[in-house]
Amino acid sequence: MVKKYAESVIQFRWALLILSVLFMLLAGVGAKNLFFNNDYRIFFSADDPRLQAFEELQNTYTKNDNVILVLAPKDGVVFKTETLTAIEDVTEKAWQTPYSIRVDSLSNYQHSESVEDDMSVANLFEEASELDADELTRIKAIALNEPLLLHRLISEKAHVSAINITMEFPKQIPDGKGGTIAADPTKQVSEVVTSVRELKSYIEKTYPELSVHLSGIVMMNNAFGEATIYDMSHLLPMALLLILITVFLLLRSVSGTLTTLLVILFSVITAFGLAGWLGIELSSPVMSAPVIIMTLAVADCVHILSTWLSEIRQGSDKKTAMVESLRVNFMPVFLTSVTTAIGFLSLNTSDAPPFRDLGNVAAMGVIAAFIFSIFFLPAIATLLPIREKKKDTHTLKIMSSFAEWVIAKQKSLLVGMSLIAVVLISLIPINELNDVFVEYFDERIEFRRDTDFISQNLTGIYNIEYSINTENTGDISDPDVLVNIKKFTDWLNTQPEVVHVNTVTDTFTRLNKNMHGDDKSYYKLPESREMAAQYLLLYEMSLPFGLDLNNQIDIDKKSTRITVTLKTISTKQVLEMETRVDQWMEQNMPHLKAVGASPTIMFAHIGMKNIISMISGTTIALVLISLILVFALKSWRYGLLSLIPNLVPAGMAFGIWALISGEIGLALSVVTAMTLGIVVDDTIHFLSKYLRARREKGLGAEDAVRYAFSTVGVALWVTSVALVAGFLVLATSSFKLNSGMGLLTAIVIAIALIVDFLLLPPLLIKLDAWLNKDKKVTEPVAAVISENQI
Amino acid sequence: MKIKLLLATLLTVSSLGVFAETPAEKGLRIAKAADLSDQGFSDFTANMVMTLKNRAGKTSRRIIRIKTLEGKGDGDKSLSLFDEPADVKGTAMLTFSHGLKPDDQWLYLPALKRVKRINSKNKSGPFMGSEFAFEDLGSQEVEKFTYNYLKEEPCGNGMKCHVIERIPAYKYSGYTKQVTWIDTQAYRPVKVMYYDRKNSLLKTLNATGFKQYAGKHWRPALMAMQNHQTGKSTTLEWTNYKFKTGLSKRDFNKKSLAR
Repeated sequence: MVKKYAESVIQFRWALLILSVLFMLLAGVGAKNLFFNNDYRIFFSADDPRLQAFEELQNTYTKNDNVILVLAPKDGVVFKTETLTAIEDVTEKAWQTPYSIRVDSLSNYQHSESVEDDMSVANLFEEASELDADELTRIKAIALNEPLLLHRLISEKAHVSAINITMEFPKQIPDGKGGTIAADPTKQVSEVVTSVRELKSYIEKTYPELSVHLSGIVMMNNAFGEATIYDMSHLLPMALLLILITVFLLLRSVSGTLTTLLVILFSVITAFGLAGWLGIELSSPVMSAPVIIMTLAVADCVHILSTWLSEIRQGSDKKTAMVESLRVNFMPVFLTSVTTAIGFLSLNTSDAPPFRDLGNVAAMGVIAAFIFSIFFLPAIATLLPIREKKKDTHTLKIMSSFAEWVIAKQKSLLVGMSLIAVVLISLIPINELNDVFVEYFDERIEFRRDTDFISQNLTGIYNIEYSINTENTGDISDPDVLVNIKKFTDWLNTQPEVVHVNTVTDTFTRLNKNMHGDDKSYYKLPESREMAAQYLLLYEMSLPFGLDLNNQIDIDKKSTRITVTLKTISTKQVLEMETRVDQWMEQNMPHLKAVGASPTIMFAHIGMKNIISMISGTTIALVLISLILVFALKSWRYGLLSLIPNLVPAGMAFGIWALISGEIGLALSVVTAMTLGIVVDDTIHFLSKYLRARREKGLGAEDAVRYAFSTVGVALWVTSVALVAGFLVLATSSFKLNSGMGLLTAIVIAIALIVDFLLLPPLLIKLDAWLNKDKKVTEPVAAVISENQI
Repeated sequence: MKIKLLLATLLTVSSLGVFAETPAEKGLRIAKAADLSDQGFSDFTANMVMTLKNRAGKTSRRIIRIKTLEGKGDGDKSLSLFDEPADVKGTAMLTFSHGLKPDDQWLYLPALKRVKRINSKNKSGPFMGSEFAFEDLGSQEVEKFTYNYLKEEPCGNGMKCHVIERIPAYKYSGYTKQVTWIDTQAYRPVKVMYYDRKNSLLKTLNATGFKQYAGKHWRPALMAMQNHQTGKSTTLEWTNYKFKTGLSKRDFNKKSLAR
């Protein structure tokens, strides 16, 4: 049946060629629907309780989308006329940022003080160029003593100062015809980034003594896009080049290399085109798919083309050689494609939507690669001219002496490899969860460098927000509530991780002092509810546009938001901090208890959530793939044995990971399921050849191992090297979710080859009696038709 | 000579008709006419219920009584008495509005039993956490803006409106401009669109349920302010309008606040 198909492919090669190109184009047109979504929120499913808590908090107060602009004078002096003039000027200009609703800086900080028994509320300073030395000293003293400013907008050493711009991105925008249409968030982010970068270059030009650093949520979202652009322009060409060189060295054929190039390009275009038709959004993780698809598509091509070329070199003509190659390769290529696709599809159980998209796009790419390999590749390869060359038998000789060595050392290999495996697997628990989202970007990305500067010099980028909810309208003025919030604030300030606490009680104590002629003994909370409420009313009536308290107090004066800024700490520390706060609130203010919400909290939980959700995905993939193996090998015993070479590599790889990095998280949670489908290919190839020798040719276990090595040893070696190389390219990504995934996947594939070469053969020999207990000698499906030789 | 010149000018203007009037002149003329049409109310009192709504759909209510005395020469004087929320009950605010000069404002705080001056040049912030700023609620004196007539267009209920852009002439406004819809018949301000500092649409005020009082003065029953950027909104429901109640200057001084 397979032979009939193979002959038809050659017969109708022109038609298939045209049909393939048409199919690719038709699918490819879908790419017009693709758009890149850089919002960090896409990493969370809509029903994520922590995302919901955070959205609710933002709906009650104001949005947290922001840009932090940090000005660092070269001489490290903020409180001098030049720097303050710049701050005043930049603050004014910052209001022009698209979608901005609020700008906070030293200059527009609404300082309140008692003036002639009245409360005066005004900008901390105006017309900075006119300030004299006394005024500068006074302003400096106010700023450094104001808890709302210190460690937030001004550093303790007064050497850098920040301007914080808060944005509100509309979800719907007018369409110009009276209606509204959905806004494009990526476009909105890029408008803001363009504007603040213009502001940055304006500052650098006008005030050359200042250096400017940009961070904040909007800059982070933008970095997702920029990291991807960096990767696309650096990784993709590198991967392509590497693949072409590998393929050429292996096949020693220009046409073969060209054919491979077309198949991998067609596969990538088809996968992304279909993604467009299906409405899949592009995101940084999805953009690792091109490299993955290219790498995996190469394996299909190599198997078919190497058999084909070897047939030609043995004297067959192009067409006959191709029919033979398709006959022997169809089934293994089909099986390995299916198992690889299953591995990727299991990513659908991931809790993070971008990884579901990555799984689906990669799976479509793998299937497309299979289709193009069996229909398009034979057509184009037989149409291209080919030069014959002598076969290089050198590698084959190495392989057979390697087989001899494995057989000779089987006992020590069995013990040694098992020991290494056990040791490495036992190291897995050393890995620690870490999803520090700023570190998703490496130092090649400007956002990372600027953010590092800001966290080292001024304030933290990580925060936790608590919305303290009281029972009745206006209860935030209740002295009991205020005392508790103040205690909470004071306690938070003693915690080692905390950089800054933004709390309404600081405003109340200051107002109380102002209302009593700035008498320092009144720097405490107002005594009665009415006093607190009325001070607040007076203060609110004195505030200018955009600097109101709506970001801290809800409209009913029933809830208030406390923002805790943290140092750059690991996920483990964030979770510890969260637990500690929960316990403190439980013990000290159970009636005002609130849950922490923020991107920091959301990312802190994402790794574990995904590991748990991927357990089911990995299990499903394992069961399906094992069933396929049992079917292909026609033996449940061999199927069971195959679990070892299929699962042990991932376990060992995580052990090695504990030694080289020790940090796992979102991206690595999908690696086991993803690699399962890839490493199983080696097992399929090796075992099917082994069984063919064992059953069909009646060889003993050791001879069957020799046969397997001599038939597929080189092919496995070469495809593994190509795969490892491809994923190592991904490991150079500037985006940690992709680079970590690439590196760990490369390790898994490398270990899989080692296990297949060093552990599987001794195991087969050792367990031979048990494996063949059934004595039912039937031809394994895969073995019959897989005879791909290099 | 002067009379001749004036006559000549008048003749020129009338011969060219409205086309001679620049948009700025036309805008100013209508603003003045609108101001004139409301002149002579001498004083009025009303009750106001302010309802705030945030993006999550939660609402919060404030209740305020308002007394206003028509200004002669200078701007109006007004007194706001807060009844709700309970913890600011008894608080009262006195405002002397001026033209370009910042308004004078005092607040009586019953908890302190003291009158405090609101000592801030900058009153573009929200009024009691609402979507209304002081400058939206205060007396809209003609000289506070420069005007630019845009067009005339239908504005619902069979009405036609003058659409006039006005630009705050006073310092420390939160807006670059406002676009107002004033009906051509009775000069009722039915709609205002507010543009923020970066000239993007910030919010829209719609006034409805206009009724005529004392045979001349139109007042709305409902003013709804929608913030387009934050999704928050505030409504003002006005009831119990009373005109010419006999209030005098003595009811609008710092001493009257505590009563």
